[in-house]
Amino acid sequence: MDLLLDGVKQAFILIFTGDSLVVEATLRSLQTSGSAVLISLLLGVPLGLLLALARFPGRNLIVAIINAGMGLPPVVVGLVVAILLWRSGIFGFLGLMYTVAAMVIAQVIIALPLVVGLTLTAIQQLNPKLRLQALALGASKSQMLVMLVKEAKLTMLAAVIAGFGAIISEVGAVLMVGGNISGQTRVLTTAIVEQVGRGDFSRALALSFILLAITFTATYALTLYQQKGVGVWRRTS
Amino acid sequence: MRKFVSAAVIIALFLTAFTIMGCSSQKKAATSIPKETAKPADKGTIILATTTSTRDTGLLDMLIPAFKKKTGITVKTIAVGTGEALKMGGRGDADVLLVHARKAEDEFMTKGLGKVRKDVMHNDFVLIGPKNDPAGVKIATGAAEAFKKIAAKQANFVSRGDGSGTNKKELSVWDKAGIKPAGAWYIKTGQGMAETILIANGKQGYTLSDRGTYLTQKGNIDITLLLEKKKDLLNPYGVIAVNPDKFPKVNYKGAMEFVNFITSGEGQKIIADFGKDKYSQPLFVPDAEKTAK
Amino acid sequence: MAPHLVVKNLTKRYSSRPVLDIDELTIDKEEVLAVIGPNGSGKSTLLRLIAHLEKPDGGSIEFAGGNGVKDGFGIRRRLAVVFQESLLFTGTVFDNIAYGLRVRKTARGEVKKRVGEAAEVFGISHLLERPSNLLSGGEAQRTSLARAFVLEPELLLLDEPMASLDPPTKESLLADLNDVLEKMKATVIYVTHELTEAMILADRCAFIEGGRIIQVGTPQEVMASPVNRKVADFVGVENILKGRIAGSSDGLTRVKVNGSEIEVINHVSSTEKVWVLIRPENVTITLEESGNTSARNRFSGIVKNTLDLGVLHRVVVDCGFPMVVFVTKRSVEEMSLQAGKRVWISFKATGVHVISREGERV
Repeated sequence: MDLLLDGVKQAFILIFTGDSLVVEATLRSLQTSGSAVLISLLLGVPLGLLLALARFPGRNLIVAIINAGMGLPPVVVGLVVAILLWRSGIFGFLGLMYTVAAMVIAQVIIALPLVVGLTLTAIQQLNPKLRLQALALGASKSQMLVMLVKEAKLTMLAAVIAGFGAIISEVGAVLMVGGNISGQTRVLTTAIVEQVGRGDFSRALALSFILLAITFTATYALTLYQQKGVGVWRRTS
Repeated sequence: MRKFVSAAVIIALFLTAFTIMGCSSQKKAATSIPKETAKPADKGTIILATTTSTRDTGLLDMLIPAFKKKTGITVKTIAVGTGEALKMGGRGDADVLLVHARKAEDEFMTKGLGKVRKDVMHNDFVLIGPKNDPAGVKIATGAAEAFKKIAAKQANFVSRGDGSGTNKKELSVWDKAGIKPAGAWYIKTGQGMAETILIANGKQGYTLSDRGTYLTQKGNIDITLLLEKKKDLLNPYGVIAVNPDKFPKVNYKGAMEFVNFITSGEGQKIIADFGKDKYSQPLFVPDAEKTAK
Repeated sequence: MAPHLVVKNLTKRYSSRPVLDIDELTIDKEEVLAVIGPNGSGKSTLLRLIAHLEKPDGGSIEFAGGNGVKDGFGIRRRLAVVFQESLLFTGTVFDNIAYGLRVRKTARGEVKKRVGEAAEVFGISHLLERPSNLLSGGEAQRTSLARAFVLEPELLLLDEPMASLDPPTKESLLADLNDVLEKMKATVIYVTHELTEAMILADRCAFIEGGRIIQVGTPQEVMASPVNRKVADFVGVENILKGRIAGSSDGLTRVKVNGSEIEVINHVSSTEKVWVLIRPENVTITLEESGNTSARNRFSGIVKNTLDLGVLHRVVVDCGFPMVVFVTKRSVEEMSLQAGKRVWISFKATGVHVISREGERV
């Protein structure tokens, strides 16, 4: 118990004095997982739209793969990406192993099925006639797609937050492909493991608090946003 | 419809490519700016595969910056167990190894996977366990005898079981004692030294640890040091440059710079001084100059 | 006048089952054409084909003489569709009405002005800032209509816009819509399975059954002489007459219809122009003006035609205005009702329903 209390105290001191390791790992985590979420969105939303709106051979197979992908164990992703990126691997020539890019790739693979799958569900949950209505009011195909994304955005935002939460809290894959290199690929989760190894529980706790704060803030922001539409009206009426 | 969607997919792919490129260039910028000297990035990067004990004790935090300052080479340290470090070297995925498992190291060399191997330093293993010492290992003359006592009592023994250098050392001691450890009392964690010590603490069992990791965890546990400074508890570390004839992609030049640095007077002094301030005793004893003579 | 839209030899099949086969259908500029038919008759399919939301299997849809754009998108930019469901987008009522203008990249000030006007026309100015998910059914449908009308399209396609509304809401919206259509001079295709709506709103009606158009004509023509029983079933539901309030006394209101006066008891509208609705089963036919009846309304007229519906005959009597009456086969024989025969019709003041013809603003 003393350990925890003392750890909490030390953790706050480290956070508020801007301990260099804590700051470094936090920024690296945000950079890595932020990029990964952004890329997952850019890839996943069009793919989700395609799967929701188009019918083509092999579509069901892809949907099944996406659904299975939502439960993909991150460690397995890490291992496969590592094998591909090793110097001896197919993409070894890119020299991406133990870089932020490698971590981003692994995280995109973890988050992408979530974004695609939830986009697909979100679009399919909309009234299919909304599409006709938009077209019937003079929207072009792309304007109609923008409308669909807007209509489904709350569900899709939940997908983003879920994906972000999953990858920023993930340790197995980033450790495997990033290597937890100080100053380069050390992120919050791998730093926590390292600090426990070093017996520095205060730093480990400080890092854990920041990780918790980030995931909580993201979830809280989403909740606020989801409630906004209804809330504003109720206040003014 | 399809035309539009496929166009969107292509655009997204391009964006991804740019973002990844952006990330990696950003990363280069981020790492080179704080340590800006005369174009150190040009000197290249080496991947050092080593054991968790060298990182967790903090030794690498002293050695790597000094090496970078002297040579301009960036070191990517991947801290894993000795077994995995040797495997990375055996695949050509690391340029230089800093490990402690003499038998396995020699095998590595005879297979031609390594080009150069040098002794670097040693520390020693310690046997730690519950304060009341149920197996009575305190009075043992060596590790093998202590292990026999533990086995006879079937007292909890926590093994790393991860093929690391420490694990290999532990198995060789069991071997010497003529015992094949098995049963509920023999617990394999499959994890690093620090985690294993914490598990031993929780299970009130014995475990074999390197001295450095024990010292870092000492404040967090109530199991204690029971046996030390015996002949069969020495833990020698070697440095190996991976063979470029086998793996043309390895940075052999950079690796040799690291080998030379860590065995040089400067590197050896850092090792000799390390830990004096924090633990009031050095954690490692330099060996290189002694063997070089 | 050249037709505004010409549909020729239009066919559509759903998985080899034919759902639409139309030889010819034309709509003139500023005409309101009602397409009436039972559920599954193909009327909504016709509308979706005209809107270029679906591709026909054969035939042509020529818009404004064919000199315009040919592609679906270009044509959709010239029309607007309102569906049975309101299909509002997330956002405020303003955002919804502005949608079509915004996708056309209309200037901000212009959007504001026109949305304001459209909202005014449909009586929803006070709702502009309200989120679309907090509207009643009637408000939502008014928004949906305003969203289409604001575009001032060359062709307005309304697909059963009243079908999901409860009767009072429907009545008030119907009156407003009629008002708007009279003022705006829009070209409209109005799909419905309710004769009342067609009678009130349309210049012409097209009856569609089994994917084919079986009768086209003015509401009065169709009502007076349905070509077959299917159409008769439809138009037999109600007599709908245009009237004006002439005055009231002793709880009775007098409504002028084509020079005759009808007495009504349940009039609540405060407006002058009204629709008078009389159900055929409330009307009786006699050969002489019998004195002993409680019916307040008695008119003499001439039988225009009769149609055998099986047990009942549908008889249309011209008494200054057309009146549909249902008579049993036996009575037809007893009174030897046939075209040209002079008869008396009567109905009670309580059997008449009156609704406003002017927009009832809330």
